[in-house]
Amino acid sequence: VAPSYLPIGTWVRIEKPGLQSIVDRLRELGYRVVGPTLGDGAVVYGEITTVAEMPIGHIDVQDGGYYRLIKTDEPSYFDYVVGPHSLKNYLFPSQATLLEGIRADGSWQMRVPDPPAEPWAVIGPRSCDLHALRVQDRVFLQDRFVDPAYASRRKRLFVAAVNCRRAASTCFCHSMNTGPAVNEPFDLAMTELSDRFVIEVGSEEGANALASAQWVPCTIAEIDEAQRLPRELAREMAGRATSAGQTAGRSSTECAVSDGSVSHGRHLETAGIRELLMSNLEHPRWDEVAERCLACANCTMVCPTCFCSRVDEVTDLAGESFRRDRSWDSCFGAEHSFMSAGSVRRSIRSRYRQWLTHKLATWIDQFGTSGCVGCGRCITWCPVAIDLTEEVAAIRSTAS
Amino acid sequence: MTAAATQVTQRNPWVPEWAAIRSVHQEVRGIATYDLAFCDAAAVESYRFQPGQFNMLYVPGIGEAAISISSDPHSPGRLLHTIRVVGNVTQALARRRVGDVVGVRGPFGSHWPVDTCRGADLVIACGGIGLAPLRPVLYHVARHRADYGRAYLLYGARTPADLLFRDEYAAWEAAGIEVSTTVDIGDDAWRGNIGVVPMLFYSLRLEHHRTRVLSCGPEVMMRYVIFESLARKIRPHDIYISMERNMSCALGFCGHCQLGPAFVCKDGPVFTYREMEPYLHVEDL
Repeated sequence: VAPSYLPIGTWVRIEKPGLQSIVDRLRELGYRVVGPTLGDGAVVYGEITTVAEMPIGHIDVQDGGYYRLIKTDEPSYFDYVVGPHSLKNYLFPSQATLLEGIRADGSWQMRVPDPPAEPWAVIGPRSCDLHALRVQDRVFLQDRFVDPAYASRRKRLFVAAVNCRRAASTCFCHSMNTGPAVNEPFDLAMTELSDRFVIEVGSEEGANALASAQWVPCTIAEIDEAQRLPRELAREMAGRATSAGQTAGRSSTECAVSDGSVSHGRHLETAGIRELLMSNLEHPRWDEVAERCLACANCTMVCPTCFCSRVDEVTDLAGESFRRDRSWDSCFGAEHSFMSAGSVRRSIRSRYRQWLTHKLATWIDQFGTSGCVGCGRCITWCPVAIDLTEEVAAIRSTAS
Repeated sequence: MTAAATQVTQRNPWVPEWAAIRSVHQEVRGIATYDLAFCDAAAVESYRFQPGQFNMLYVPGIGEAAISISSDPHSPGRLLHTIRVVGNVTQALARRRVGDVVGVRGPFGSHWPVDTCRGADLVIACGGIGLAPLRPVLYHVARHRADYGRAYLLYGARTPADLLFRDEYAAWEAAGIEVSTTVDIGDDAWRGNIGVVPMLFYSLRLEHHRTRVLSCGPEVMMRYVIFESLARKIRPHDIYISMERNMSCALGFCGHCQLGPAFVCKDGPVFTYREMEPYLHVEDL
């Protein structure tokens, strides 16, 4: 007999169409529900009301500078891996107003815009994305100051995470200990089997979201299968890294085979990486990568942990009102390090070095964790296919 | 989903406190000192700062700039900022008049080690507007003169007309701080030193184990101050420097002021040379 409530840690299964009842219930609970959707030829997050808006049957093929969707006949909801969006887009939006003010009776009246009334419920984040969330928490919540807007969105966030059963060739969560199995706090964690979802309840709110779903308690065999899938994937990822190795200069797409699985994959050797990079700040590889890097900032925009931002002052011509708008910024821009005497990092070499050493080395000094979660977005969305795993391997192979 | 937030009840760190300009004193060409008075009585009451800390000054409709506090920390009611006109915010500040209101967030950052330096000899080596963030130290030392050993101010500017706070040197001398100045280019009336600040070390007799060096100025000047200090066997952790980077949020959120592992806005601006040594000599870092 099924219990009428679901304790945390319970595993249930629902038929695939039953996902709609979770979406409906979340909306009933006051959430704006965000899920994977198709947009501009990629899987991107968007607000959804029905699961029909999700990219059912689509898988992504990713490689350096390469992203294509393939439509299959499989009724799979979550066999795409990661798109360019992440939770960052919702908790730390690319543009937001910090402050606004008007001049009234000769003095300035200032107000902080109200946070959005409805909280976000996001369906589809992967283990790497949850780790990225924790990385950004350290920046905006757990350091010296708390960012109030982030805190407000974060506190009310609902996450229905997904255990991966596929990996892109650009994925290397196994190297970063960030996946593929979901192992950070969640409200619900879903594993997609051929004809159903196995769902682990991670919070009371997660149980609440299942209130109108036709769920059935899982059998031991189902739980086993759900846990086996990401474990097998982890093994496969580790194996392909050692068999294919890091092949510098390969042509980027031909290794991707048509079913979307891959014959090669990424791996990042993290042992001693902080010392490796910080003791090689003048390595010739920085010059070499600077020849290819366009400083376009794509990598920092799609990175789920990159947090740099700028504040622009927006005002009317009469000077009677102002707004302070925060937007994402990137260390690849010349203005990023601008001081009265000019930019500190004048060359692309110095900016790529700043990005990579921050992400993989000094982030550890600052926040006690790597800034990289191995999601591979920076590799996929780099227009010239620069691959940080390859750059680190190159430095490592000729380190001083 | 529960976030591991430390606490969210603290004051919104993005919101400035309004302060009125109480006076403007033109120091030298292009540099003026602004005395600010908080409009809110509670802010007047609670505001404290340490020597070397900075505020974010805000001109509505223009933006914010990081400006170090140049007044005496023992008199926080007199909140001075000595500002050189270099960018759009400082230009806008220069157009403000007494009574105008600006925003203040702060104080931010690390401070000069006036407490841990008690009993030590002090060499305060600075150039140009780098004297401004060290003036609070001079006030502190003058006020607590017996707490410190010998105290030297080594100060340089481009020309004699660019020397900041000239009318205070006599008072500092009277308080037992030896003031040496130098300029890059003299004028007809100048009978003093010509040359760079590190050169002034040659007139000092220092006991390395009891000397602390506090330096602020152009990075190239600080590098040579460090060089002269090390040459006199002063230890890297006894050399303090105030670094400048693009500090635009002062909260550790925006990422612009990073220098190696440091966020200059919250880990600095005051660092020991030992902390900065691996990064100070790497070009374009």
